[in-house]
Amino acid sequence: MEIYTLLREFADSWMLLFLFSFFTLVVIWAFRPGSTAVYEDTASIPFRHVDAPAPDEAEATPAAHKEART
Amino acid sequence: MSNYIKLIALGLVTLFAMIGTNYARDLAYQVHAIIVMLVAGGLFLYTLRHTGEAKPAGGSPQNEYFDSVVRAGVIATAFWGVVGFLAGTFIAFQLAFPGLNFEWAQGFANFGRLRPLHTSAVIFAFGGNALIATSFYVVQRTSAARLWGGNLAWFVFWGYQLFIVLAATGYLFGGTQSKEYAEPEWHVDLWLTIVWVAYLAVFLGTVIKRKEPHIYVANWFYLAFIVTVAMLHLVNNMTIPVSIWGSKSVIVWSGVQDAMVQWWYGHNAVGFFLTAGFLGMMYYFVPKQAERPVFSYKLSIIHFWALIFLYIWAGPHHLHYTALPDWASTLGMVFSIVLWMPSWGGMINGLMTLSGAWDKLRTDPVIRMMVISIGFYGMSTFEGPMMSIRAVNSLSHYTDWTIGHVHSGALGWNGMITFGALYFLVPVLWKRERLYSLSLVSWHFWLATIGIILYAASMWVTGIMEGLMWREVDANGFLVNSFADTVAAKKPMNIVRGLGGVMFLSGALIMCYNLWMTVRRAPAKEASLTVSVPAE
Repeated sequence: MEIYTLLREFADSWMLLFLFSFFTLVVIWAFRPGSTAVYEDTASIPFRHVDAPAPDEAEATPAAHKEART
Repeated sequence: MSNYIKLIALGLVTLFAMIGTNYARDLAYQVHAIIVMLVAGGLFLYTLRHTGEAKPAGGSPQNEYFDSVVRAGVIATAFWGVVGFLAGTFIAFQLAFPGLNFEWAQGFANFGRLRPLHTSAVIFAFGGNALIATSFYVVQRTSAARLWGGNLAWFVFWGYQLFIVLAATGYLFGGTQSKEYAEPEWHVDLWLTIVWVAYLAVFLGTVIKRKEPHIYVANWFYLAFIVTVAMLHLVNNMTIPVSIWGSKSVIVWSGVQDAMVQWWYGHNAVGFFLTAGFLGMMYYFVPKQAERPVFSYKLSIIHFWALIFLYIWAGPHHLHYTALPDWASTLGMVFSIVLWMPSWGGMINGLMTLSGAWDKLRTDPVIRMMVISIGFYGMSTFEGPMMSIRAVNSLSHYTDWTIGHVHSGALGWNGMITFGALYFLVPVLWKRERLYSLSLVSWHFWLATIGIILYAASMWVTGIMEGLMWREVDANGFLVNSFADTVAAKKPMNIVRGLGGVMFLSGALIMCYNLWMTVRRAPAKEASLTVSVPAE
């Protein structure tokens, strides 16, 4: 089989299916349960850390750690 | 130690450029060799003078943002903007009054040489610097981390300026590979590749070391812009130089494949450079200026994926009625029309960010600028799909309608959102309380808006007139008009277009004055630019 025909066949079938299902899954993923709360937090990123970067974790207070095991 | 490696490399480059100056086969290459020789030689002397000096202790402070490079980028954006608008206004009048193609400047400053200078100056110098500067600003704030790679960001900035200078001088002296928006020849392309890889490294490195768990949507758009432009640049510039001492090169693609690769590049330069990158700006600066988060974050995710999945296929609509197979140009046309959806989804997302804050439109000319830019985005992403339809394209193609469409997108969308971002950035970066004058921003807003309307309206009229005159046949099937007839009929509209350019340019000059005075005169937030350390 010629390489053009092969690529054309592949692009028309499996690659198309892959790209289309990937896109559909992204849309479904965006609307997954619980996404609203996560995205509300993400959407407010521009309003944090305006003047200076977040401090290193070593300097941060232990309370800031999500998994503070003692 | 690293200084010795630098010295050896710079010395070799200088030597190579000296040999190139001597053996150069064409003027453009010779000029470039001289520029590279001076830059590399100057850097060699600078490095030599500073070798052996003790390095300042501490290095780069990780508890501060790297803003000096963003400040330089803001200055470069304003500077190249004025240069590009000036070149555009001048060539607009060259079209209206051919006498402005001066005899003494033939071969250097005639329309054919200045036109790529204008397009590259506004897209790559003005737009590119705006994208680099804002992406460096945005990625730090939204990642809560200092730029990765230390002074690599300075290399990106200065390397990009060198690319602009090489590209611009190349056009004037005749070094061009005649591909629209990809005119620079092979040696300049290689340099841009190096700079772009460094840019990707700085951006991606910062995203990777981010302190925020999520990657904010603006960074997705910026990253898509950087990665896709790298891919487009490499594929469309697969050339083999004729000689290492000359600028001429030959592309490996031939015939219609070359045309398809060129417009795959060309349309995605619009899609990813002028759209995705600037949408990154929109998703950061509009929420910041409106002081509210983006209208719908879910919509922004769908906007992103839909845009990048669709844009990449739209290129063939530039090649209707050519040797390109019909199925390919139909594919491009269909995808262009589907693209309308994500474009308008993004526009709605940007505009609705103001919901509940619409009163700001009356009081804040900066937000007005951003809103009209989103409006122009919506208008040109409606016009574009319509022009990609084969039947419409048969009328619009090769006419000034296309030029009008491009400018409503470039001046309206890219220009206005960049101006808005500059008005936001300058007080923040130079630690001023506010802009010097809001009424000057209003002046800029109205001059630019009326200028764009004059431009777009005159190009619609002249483009459709031109298209209709070209296809007019008499009862015996002979063409009624010669080409020169259309040129003569276009004169009034060409003058109106030039006046639109004058208005847009004067708006940009007012902006430069306002930003300069903001730095000089507006009340400062703190005593100095450096972060003051409390005594106790």
